[in-house]
Amino acid sequence: MIAPLTSLDRPNSYIGRSVPRPNAKRLLAGRGHYVTDIKLPRMLHAAFLRSPHAHARIASIDVERARAVDGVHLVATGGDLAKICTPWTGTLDHFKGMISEPQLPLPLERVVWAGQAVVTVVAESRARAEDALELIAVDYEELPAVVDLDEARKPGAPLVNPAGHSNVCFRSQLDSGGVDDAFARAAHVVEEELSFGRHTPVTLEPRAIIADYDPDAGMLTVHHGTQTPYQFQDLYSRHFGIPEARVRVIAPDIGGSFGMKLHVYHEDMAVVGLAILLRRPVKFVADRMESFVSDIHARDHRVRARMALDESGEILAMDVHDVTAIGAFSTYPRTSVVEGNQVIRLIGAPYRFRSYRAALEVIFQNKVQTSQYRAVGHPIACAVTERMFDLAAMRVGRDPFEIRAQNLIADDAYPLASPTGYKFEALSHQLCLRRLRDMMNYDGLRTEQAALREHGIHRGIGIASFVEITNPSPAFYGVGGARISSQDGATLSLTPSGEVRCAISVTEQGQGTEAIVSQIVADQLGLAQEHVKVLTGDTEVTPHGGATWACRGAGIGGETALQAARVLKANILEIAALVLQEQPSALDIEGGEIVDAATRQQRLAVAEIARIAYFRSDTLPPGTQAQLTVSHHFAPQGYPFAFTNGIQGCHLELDVETGFIRLLKHFVVEDCGRIINPMLVDEQLRGGVVQGLGAALLEECRYGETGQLLNGSLADYLVPMAMEMPDIVIDHVETPTKDTVLGAKGCGEAGTAAASACVLNAVNDALAPFGAAINAIPITPARVLKALGRF
Amino acid sequence: MSEIDTSFDPGDADEVVRVRFVLNGCKTSCAVAPRDTLLDCLRNSLELTGTHAGCEMGACAACLVLLDGRAVHSCLMFAVQADGARIETIEGLSESGAIADLQAEFHRRNALQCGFCTPGMLINAHELLSQNAAPSRAEIRDALSGNYCRCTGYEAIVDAVAAAAARRAGGKTKDHAS
Repeated sequence: MIAPLTSLDRPNSYIGRSVPRPNAKRLLAGRGHYVTDIKLPRMLHAAFLRSPHAHARIASIDVERARAVDGVHLVATGGDLAKICTPWTGTLDHFKGMISEPQLPLPLERVVWAGQAVVTVVAESRARAEDALELIAVDYEELPAVVDLDEARKPGAPLVNPAGHSNVCFRSQLDSGGVDDAFARAAHVVEEELSFGRHTPVTLEPRAIIADYDPDAGMLTVHHGTQTPYQFQDLYSRHFGIPEARVRVIAPDIGGSFGMKLHVYHEDMAVVGLAILLRRPVKFVADRMESFVSDIHARDHRVRARMALDESGEILAMDVHDVTAIGAFSTYPRTSVVEGNQVIRLIGAPYRFRSYRAALEVIFQNKVQTSQYRAVGHPIACAVTERMFDLAAMRVGRDPFEIRAQNLIADDAYPLASPTGYKFEALSHQLCLRRLRDMMNYDGLRTEQAALREHGIHRGIGIASFVEITNPSPAFYGVGGARISSQDGATLSLTPSGEVRCAISVTEQGQGTEAIVSQIVADQLGLAQEHVKVLTGDTEVTPHGGATWACRGAGIGGETALQAARVLKANILEIAALVLQEQPSALDIEGGEIVDAATRQQRLAVAEIARIAYFRSDTLPPGTQAQLTVSHHFAPQGYPFAFTNGIQGCHLELDVETGFIRLLKHFVVEDCGRIINPMLVDEQLRGGVVQGLGAALLEECRYGETGQLLNGSLADYLVPMAMEMPDIVIDHVETPTKDTVLGAKGCGEAGTAAASACVLNAVNDALAPFGAAINAIPITPARVLKALGRF
Repeated sequence: MSEIDTSFDPGDADEVVRVRFVLNGCKTSCAVAPRDTLLDCLRNSLELTGTHAGCEMGACAACLVLLDGRAVHSCLMFAVQADGARIETIEGLSESGAIADLQAEFHRRNALQCGFCTPGMLINAHELLSQNAAPSRAEIRDALSGNYCRCTGYEAIVDAVAAAAARRAGGKTKDHAS
């Protein structure tokens, strides 16, 4: 399954080389330029008064004392902003029947979660704005809060939206047929209910935005810590009625994102409105407490699953039911049902079986919204599938590796469609499984495990196969009516000095977008990487594009850069051919020189072509117009998604006295197609794995009965820190997609997709001798001790 | 009506105090409000934005600076408490070259992604190596266990610190201990 060698594989290629990121040195010297760092002339600061109640009617708001505070420029409530901002609704057409209430920057009548912004103060400093918040009186009439998932689903339950009929946002069903028959003839049926805690991304830089409106130019400029500046350009334009070309969104350095910074947040829309009202720059940075109650949360699923197998352990069918609670609204513009939709579509995806039935229920409740966060739905689908396989292995009496080898799709079976309709171009599950077994020294670990058990040391080994959705086509959002682009654009210019400037619509949050784009452009144009300058994150500078989400930067952005570079190269060679009186096809570029394509003999520096074209066009043949700036777009075609695959392994030790779990080592074998920069791919995997390990063992947003978030601070909400995390061993298989020249797929979510699943399996492996089992994450010490009957 | 503290007068916050310290080797004075943290003072008044605010409660270490040679959370102390101190921030440590080897190892191994935790990581790693010239991987992980990084998974950071320690000891760079 290793790709045949192409021109991308020649020995001096930048593609496949671990070059450090050119823009990382700045960050290492403390010269990052984050939105939180930006100060504009006459800039004011916004702060928000938040609801203390999970559900209440706003009876009255008294802001007079706050308005009187020195240094306060504006106090605004829902009505003030509703006059200039049209409401938004988080539904998409392809999710038939889904509902969600219209949203405004600040509420008019009701608050629907504890922490929702209600009133805003704009003042000379953030501290002064917060001082004024203290003087605002809001009279609330409390309403029954919908907190618990099961309570929310009961007939007659209090309603999140009193005008509605129930708390159901969306229901969906899949049925490939034959499920009941398969269960009827099954030799073995395993069954489990698994629950997945609500957690939240916790980017180290909180959400940050500065909006600035110039009424004379009619121009809105927004410095925004976001992954998707073009999406926000479109939204600010449409909701505030400003022509799109007069909205500029700039995303400078971003202090972590992970899907959290591409949703519409009420405070962000409010800040844009405040800047329009005040005609001055207004800045808002969420503090950490605000982040916990207003950033999107994610997961919070409960899945009941059944699996039917024949005598030999061959899977016949799966039947699953996923219930998930998403908060009071569906998030805009991507909705809050995508995660559940992906859970039911990804379950069982690595395996060969025909009969699958799934039901999804998406429920409203009085909590902050959930939505897309790294590896949307994947960790849940993977954990359900992989736990079922371990249960099946136990039932049938097979080893976890053996039952997977028996059931994983064969590497020569592609192309292939899953029972849920996903189309797989080419995956490498079986090879990855074999590689993992060797890499872990699985047999050695099993021997060691047995020996250590004799001494009261309880180690667990868990594995989990996965697929990851990458390179999404318009099938993801566009078909549902969302103005979210699946294409990208790049503008490449040869500068008069013979260097290249590449303005591209994919964005950088530290994953290395600018590095890989410069590698690809340098490689294709035969230039040194340091002579390629990449510009991202400014709607005024680059063409419109999807930017960064759902693992598309390398696969779609990279292909855009590659194709654009080939167009520019052809234009350069056309001029070179005129100068050298050759055919363009007889020439090539290497090391910044025009060379003879056959002999590789140097003919002329690229810089000399640029000099002639820009300054001595009079020496070119009449009628020649050198095109040394090209713009090029690329939209994925062919398969709707480029699926990747891989497998992870976890080795851990369980203290049965305390319930504490020590992660000893983690293993990943991953296939993301063509690897552009192996070091950056490994870093994506490691970071993703650790996010999944946090979910597995530590992270959970805990709510009290009245809908208050109980652990909304970094001291109370546990995140993975260096001491608890293991070293992670990584290996790769490369199966490039044939849909693009580059052949790259995504790798950003693969780590998170399977990490929690293999921890769950490893913990259950360690618990097996005690007849105990865990069916919920995070796997806290209390849950372990409870499972062991010791708590 | 929700409770309002009627005795609260925001005018109290107008008071200004002058603090003096040696910042990155230069005598510096700055007018601060008594309630300003050292972090506020560095970032807002002195425009040293390499020191970051992550949690404002001492849990993430994005705000670490060296205060009289020790790594401290600048979000947890008031600016007035730093009066008379010797303070070094990421900007000063970068310009003096004191952490150039750590920075080079972080860069070579891509021990950073978004870079928001990085100044705090470097300052903590620098303090560690000033006290323990040859830390084990476990000691490095332990020393950095108060620095939150959401991007990297920590391993490359541990590798980079170990490599810098090895170079300082005159040895060759160790790659993964595994």
